[in-house]
Amino acid sequence: MDQLLQAIKDSITIGCLYALIALGYTMVYGILKFINFAHSDVVVIGALSTAVLGERMLHKLAPGATAAWYYGPLLLLLAILICSTVAFTVERLAYRPLRRAPRLNVLITAIGVSLLLQNAGQLKFLFGTEPHPVPMLIDQTATIFTVLGVKFRWLDLAIIGTAIIFMVALDYLVFHTKIGRGMRAVSHDTRIASLMGVPVDRIISFTFITGAALAAAGGFLYALRYQTVTQPADTGWALLGLKAFVAAVVGGIGNIRGAVLGALAIACVENFGAAYLHPGYTDVYVFVILILVLLFRPGGILGKAVVEKV
Amino acid sequence: MPTHVLVARAALPFLVSLLLALLLHFGVARFLDDYDRGLVMSVGINIMLAVSLTMVNGFTGQFSIGHAGFLGVGGYVAGAVTYATSLKLYGDLETRGSMLSGTSLNVDPATLSWFGQGDLLFVASLLAGGCAAALIGYVVGLPSLRLRGDYLAIVTLGFGEIVRVLIQRTDKTAALQAWDRVHPGVPAPEGVSRVFAIENSVLDPATGLSQTTYTAVSDANWFEIAPRVGGSLGFSAVPDYTSIFWVVLFAGVTIAVASRIKRSTFGRAFLSIREDEIASEAMGVDTVRYKVRAFVIAAFFAGLAGGLFAHFKSMNPNEIGFARSFDIVIMVVLGGLGSISGASIAAIIVTLLPEWLRGLDQYRMIIWALALILMMIFRPQGLLGVREIWDKALWQGLVRFIKREKSSPKAGGGA
Repeated sequence: MDQLLQAIKDSITIGCLYALIALGYTMVYGILKFINFAHSDVVVIGALSTAVLGERMLHKLAPGATAAWYYGPLLLLLAILICSTVAFTVERLAYRPLRRAPRLNVLITAIGVSLLLQNAGQLKFLFGTEPHPVPMLIDQTATIFTVLGVKFRWLDLAIIGTAIIFMVALDYLVFHTKIGRGMRAVSHDTRIASLMGVPVDRIISFTFITGAALAAAGGFLYALRYQTVTQPADTGWALLGLKAFVAAVVGGIGNIRGAVLGALAIACVENFGAAYLHPGYTDVYVFVILILVLLFRPGGILGKAVVEKV
Repeated sequence: MPTHVLVARAALPFLVSLLLALLLHFGVARFLDDYDRGLVMSVGINIMLAVSLTMVNGFTGQFSIGHAGFLGVGGYVAGAVTYATSLKLYGDLETRGSMLSGTSLNVDPATLSWFGQGDLLFVASLLAGGCAAALIGYVVGLPSLRLRGDYLAIVTLGFGEIVRVLIQRTDKTAALQAWDRVHPGVPAPEGVSRVFAIENSVLDPATGLSQTTYTAVSDANWFEIAPRVGGSLGFSAVPDYTSIFWVVLFAGVTIAVASRIKRSTFGRAFLSIREDEIASEAMGVDTVRYKVRAFVIAAFFAGLAGGLFAHFKSMNPNEIGFARSFDIVIMVVLGGLGSISGASIAAIIVTLLPEWLRGLDQYRMIIWALALILMMIFRPQGLLGVREIWDKALWQGLVRFIKREKSSPKAGGGA
């Protein structure tokens, strides 16, 4: 019973992390129809800038002590700023010239951007190759309540709460604002949208900035949860990005609510698989689920099956 | 055209690659040190991978980004076959090659034959690896029945990752160890050969502790030896049979087969699927069958490349992850989608360029990434586009281009 409860709790926390990252993939795919492989590197930049800036700001903090409450939101804001700038620049310089190129080319460019960000991030004056500790922004052990030996910590609440705030904000942005309507229009049909006077390039830039802000939040929460952040070229990051992307596909790529649902599903598969089957094969479960979903419901959970017309 | 001319024309590329392989092996390789020889072999293996992926991504227009998975399957199967067979037949892991593949035994080079005992084993395990990869290629190709474009790409990516994780989780115990090396001074237990034994960890249900037992190689079954591939640390115990001769020969065969396929009815069907799947289906091309075939053929050659890799470097999970798959896709796109010679040239560049830039240390990969992005922006069709280096049209176009440059010096002075 406690194992079940633990698995549920972990699924929700990790699912929230995945969801924030998956949203960026699904938004870019919805609009530009390509897999933005550089998105995971934006997450890394978010996590690493949290760690590095936190170190700079809080170097006077006594070991073991927790920082004042406002440092968390401040670092989150800075991470969002940095990530959005990076994503905006990347879209402007690397993806925009390729708007009309074949999709495979855009994909290779995305891989190139990913390599660039990884290796530039390893430079000594940026993040270097050493893992960075994250200062205590929140008390790691403080618990709210304990049920059947499973601790619900303030940390979990902070992760889930932050994620939910961001998701609700995004939902409002996409479905209730003018710019959100523009995003939906461009995602539906870019050409017609531009004929109707939607500023397509500006909408795409905005989409990248929004996706990067969510990725920054994901990176920030990752740093908060795991306390150490490894170097940008660590394969773990690429795998994190890949799983978030899988979540987006499972939920129905291009669908914002689907991405959240897919992220929770993937996190459940991972945590329940680890708890009840074998902890060593979590990645295998994720990809097997992906293949099964694609085979039997190619559009994903909430996606629509696309019929090709002649 | 008379039959014998056709046969001769078909055999020519294979003969040329055999000659080239002999020439490089006995001529050029003498002047290279071990490092450069390793580079030549890496280039050859990458050419095989790039050309085989060209058949899926270039000819058929499908989108596979899990090609390293086939490399992994082929490499592990081939490696495991050589490994288990060497132990079963010879009781050790020495390389019993010939003049063409080298040997680790103290044999006078003058007495070496053209084809050693080990070479037969080597070629057999390469073929086994290729066939295993082809079988998996069939399974991976089947989803193309339902999935198109990016969705197929994601499935191939997922497949590649599954292979990597499964291999990473294989038995980590360095399977067969020299008894004396592991237990110096301890007499070997009864029934265990003094040279090699399989280490088994068995959980004792009575005490709950794990107990180590040893089985002599001669008593062990094949299926006990073969899967002990060393987990995340890599599979380094495979005898090193791979030499420049074998790599160049197989790379040549891969290129020859690919170019024959491209010009055959078979290849035309592939190309028609790339150009327009619905139209080619309307013209009577069984698109699903051809797509699966493309996957199977590509997987076979990637499996061969994996076998060569396993007998040359240590096969480890990092070598078969998605980063490696992306590298191969980069080669194909950089060379020009559908161009065999383009993919080969790109494979050479992608292998060697990072080596040449090694002096730049930490800026090396940054320059490489920038070069890749700029290349995609300014020459999206790749180096050769859809043409081949042996196409007359390419050279005629070049000649025309140079002539035009001469006649009108104002045009493109900077080029």
